[in-house]
Amino acid sequence: MKRNEDLLVIKDLKKHFKINRKETLKAVDGISFTIKKGETLGLVGESGCGKSTVGRTITQIYQPTSGEILFDNENVHAKFSKAELKKKKRDMQMIFQDPYSSLNPRMTVMEIISEGLLIHAPNTSEKEREQQVNELLELVGLNKNHSGRYPHEFSGGQRQRIGIARALAVNPQFIVADEPIAALDVSIQAQIVNLLKTLQEEKGLTYLFIAHDLSMVKYISDRIAVMYLGKIVELTESENLYENPMHPYSEALLSAIPLPDPHLERSRVQILLKDDVPSPIDIPSGCRFHTRCPKAMDVCSKLDPAFVERQPGHFVACHLYDEELMAREK
Amino acid sequence: MNTVKEVERIDSVKQNVAEPPDDLFVAAPLNRDVREEILTPSISFWKEARERLFKNKGAVFALIVLVILTLLALVGPAINEHTYRSQNLAHSNLPPKVDGLEWLGFNGKDVKGNDVYATRNIEENYWFGTDEFGRDLWTRVWKGTQISLFIAIVAAALDLVIGVLYGGISAFYGGRLDNVMQRIIEVLVGIPNLIVIILFILILEPGITSIILALVVTGWVGMARVVRGQILQLKGQEFILASRTLGASNTRLIGKHLLPNVMGPIIVTVMFTIPTAIFFEAFLSFIGLGLQAPLASLGVLIEDGYKSMRFFSYKLIFPAAVISLIMISFNLLADGLRDALDPKMRR
Amino acid sequence: MKENILDVENLHVSFKTRNGAITAVRGVSFSLKKGETLAIVGESGSGKSVTAKSIMRLLPKHSTVIPQGEIKFEGRDLLDLPLKDMQKVRGSEISMVFQDPMSSLNPTMKIGKQIMEGLQKHQTLTKSVARQRALEMLELVGIPNAEKRLDAYPHQFSGGMRQRVVIAMALACIPKVLIADEPTTALDVTIQAQILRLMKDLQEKMDTAIVLITHDLGVVANMADKVAVMYAGEVVEYGTLDEIFYETQHPYTLGLLGSMPNLNAKRSEPLIPIPGSPPDLATLGTGCPIAARCPYTMAVCHDYHPRKTELSESHSVLCWLQDSRTPKNHAPETVGSAQ
Repeated sequence: MKRNEDLLVIKDLKKHFKINRKETLKAVDGISFTIKKGETLGLVGESGCGKSTVGRTITQIYQPTSGEILFDNENVHAKFSKAELKKKKRDMQMIFQDPYSSLNPRMTVMEIISEGLLIHAPNTSEKEREQQVNELLELVGLNKNHSGRYPHEFSGGQRQRIGIARALAVNPQFIVADEPIAALDVSIQAQIVNLLKTLQEEKGLTYLFIAHDLSMVKYISDRIAVMYLGKIVELTESENLYENPMHPYSEALLSAIPLPDPHLERSRVQILLKDDVPSPIDIPSGCRFHTRCPKAMDVCSKLDPAFVERQPGHFVACHLYDEELMAREK
Repeated sequence: MNTVKEVERIDSVKQNVAEPPDDLFVAAPLNRDVREEILTPSISFWKEARERLFKNKGAVFALIVLVILTLLALVGPAINEHTYRSQNLAHSNLPPKVDGLEWLGFNGKDVKGNDVYATRNIEENYWFGTDEFGRDLWTRVWKGTQISLFIAIVAAALDLVIGVLYGGISAFYGGRLDNVMQRIIEVLVGIPNLIVIILFILILEPGITSIILALVVTGWVGMARVVRGQILQLKGQEFILASRTLGASNTRLIGKHLLPNVMGPIIVTVMFTIPTAIFFEAFLSFIGLGLQAPLASLGVLIEDGYKSMRFFSYKLIFPAAVISLIMISFNLLADGLRDALDPKMRR
Repeated sequence: MKENILDVENLHVSFKTRNGAITAVRGVSFSLKKGETLAIVGESGSGKSVTAKSIMRLLPKHSTVIPQGEIKFEGRDLLDLPLKDMQKVRGSEISMVFQDPMSSLNPTMKIGKQIMEGLQKHQTLTKSVARQRALEMLELVGIPNAEKRLDAYPHQFSGGMRQRVVIAMALACIPKVLIADEPTTALDVTIQAQILRLMKDLQEKMDTAIVLITHDLGVVANMADKVAVMYAGEVVEYGTLDEIFYETQHPYTLGLLGSMPNLNAKRSEPLIPIPGSPPDLATLGTGCPIAARCPYTMAVCHDYHPRKTELSESHSVLCWLQDSRTPKNHAPETVGSAQ
């Protein structure tokens, strides 16, 4: 397996939900990106920006409205026979946000983790399955003696580990982590991020890591995409985004994170955005960020900026970097 | 919160505030495995629910009463030599008499205080008395309980099957199918169910089957709604999504994930359906649409007893007491089950 | 020196459960001066919310016991106050903002009316004056078109705007103390920044003291003057903002700081998590509750409960590492009595 191969290619993906006859919720409105084998792409955005919908469309929980999702050079939403589909599903797994609702309360940990094994390798003996579940439990740092217990007996962080073990049970290549740390305590968040990183190294996994702010994602992502109202506004190497954010929204997101350092907090100037995120049912014209953008120009409300590579590997959708247009404006 | 500070010691704080000896100031980290140990004993949902149920005095009492009543309904009619339909006109309208229980009113005396057994020279004792045809009321009451329970349980079981299937399919597949199925339910609910039932009984001959059918025709709607609501709620839960990304089939989703999680509300709904069905059967019999003589059900007996309530009150008291006990017990038990199975009480 | 406005002294709060009593708050003490912000930091289950609710006396009466402790507000012990007097204090002198703005607003009542209701309960105001005050409050918390918005229902507001309304309601009577229980946890980062700025501005205008309950050390650094770090129902470290962040003494506080992401750090620098899970209060041992998760555990920690060490007038720690018998080089140089 070559590391630089693209594992996942997303081309102009759209996912609209019909609310009623008149209104459509444009959760994802034309995004494109690729994820290389063994890479982690962080997908960051505030609530309602469509980041979870992207994850769920990729893992085939939702059917896309239009666009293509190529996984290992094959379109995942093409027609497959049942057996093929089952095999496809095995390669992509998901880790969920809420450690309380993501585990079936009526099943033991053993049953939860072995579910994937039962579905994809129904012929293995019970003993083998038990063996594998125990190995998985050890892998995610849980006590294997607890496999007979029920989810409610575990703490949030431990449940999240069980969810990770369940996803790993079928040996996937690619994992969508949908805000896996958002519901956890600070001290536990770091545990889970470190665990995901170790697993990636050991198993050569590829991640799409979804998060709602920029604070934790850096530690796990190679590249980060920032989403706003259904579109990606900036995509670049993770460290580059923190040092040199180009889109005004990314700047604001970065500056909004309160830092655990009082001296720094006192001295820095925060960029405060006005208002709330507009509703994805009624998306503003032109650049969708212009209603809140501190640097908005006249053209922003009329023209939707293209998503262009402004620096090597650094994609931005903002008129500020369109030299031709800026010259004309002046 | 108690404003007057309670002085009562709370025992759960067991901090050791003694002065430690000097030699304990050495590094002693715990090893990892011990740290992640869960100390509380493992307990499954059903086990915990059972424990909670048995802590509920009302529910336990109800359960015991129901067990006794069911046993009596099964063996009661066979205890003496009378059958529920054997008439003996010579022994008509006898008050209850039990040797040794005279002080409780089982003395064989009528409203005027005459010992009917002595005046009519009857050797045999009828425990609950006899009716106008000389049929043994003890046998008839328990036979009636048997039939009433049978009707209620069969009706509840049919409700369960139809309701779970209908509600489950409607919620699981959703979309247009759900829309159509819900409209059908609304139409059914829109017709006053007494009319449906009366029509049903008029078309079919009155009897056990027709009463059961009449009860089921509209009864399953409640169950279907409960199940639909629960499944709709569960469908969006992340563990269902997780199972779907693992590639689970619909059968697996329904059997392993959805049904076990709606089991609680289903059981509670059934428990509330049974007393309603018993009551409805009694009501139908009371207005004359129920079982026909000589068949006995609690409703038929109450209707008979009601007619001669003033002179032969025992004819009303026994079946009425039994039906009241059954209704109260089922309701208490259902309440207890609801508390025991309510997921909101646990984290 | 300003006078203390709120003094919590050795507060214990227990809950009766089916399996016996659980003590969620075990001897919490702190004090608050006029216009000051105290942050109570801790993970879920550390007792920080219970502490806040017991100040407001909002805990369920039938299952809560306060075996010892006092909560002195302007010299009066709130725990001894009759319910009627307490209701007068609530909302007018001490008010509270909760995590979820939607559930703290009545969905069937216009927001103007909800603000006026609080005002009219505590002050004798005519309707028109109350309405005027409600309008001023909405303008103060930065709600555009306030005049029109007075007659809107909560569901017509976005999450951030709702929290502004809740703050307007809480501050309408110009309380002396505002208790904010995770006021920004349910909000997005950009909205959080707006709300925090708003709270700070209003605090300056009204000279309100704030008790800020949070799990986010970033929010603490942004807002607080004093910090109480809670773990398993106890305040393990208490001090001024700078003392907590730059002269950290407790291993748990150090752990929390270490597991926080740092925007300036390189991606390759690993995060240092605190191992293990938060403790179960029902099965807590006799010693230090953090012993199982602490990197510097000593034999004494397992069985003996640490005692409070006062490091300065404002800074105190609950840890055996402060004891003079602790061997040298056992803990980092910055921690301990540093003899």
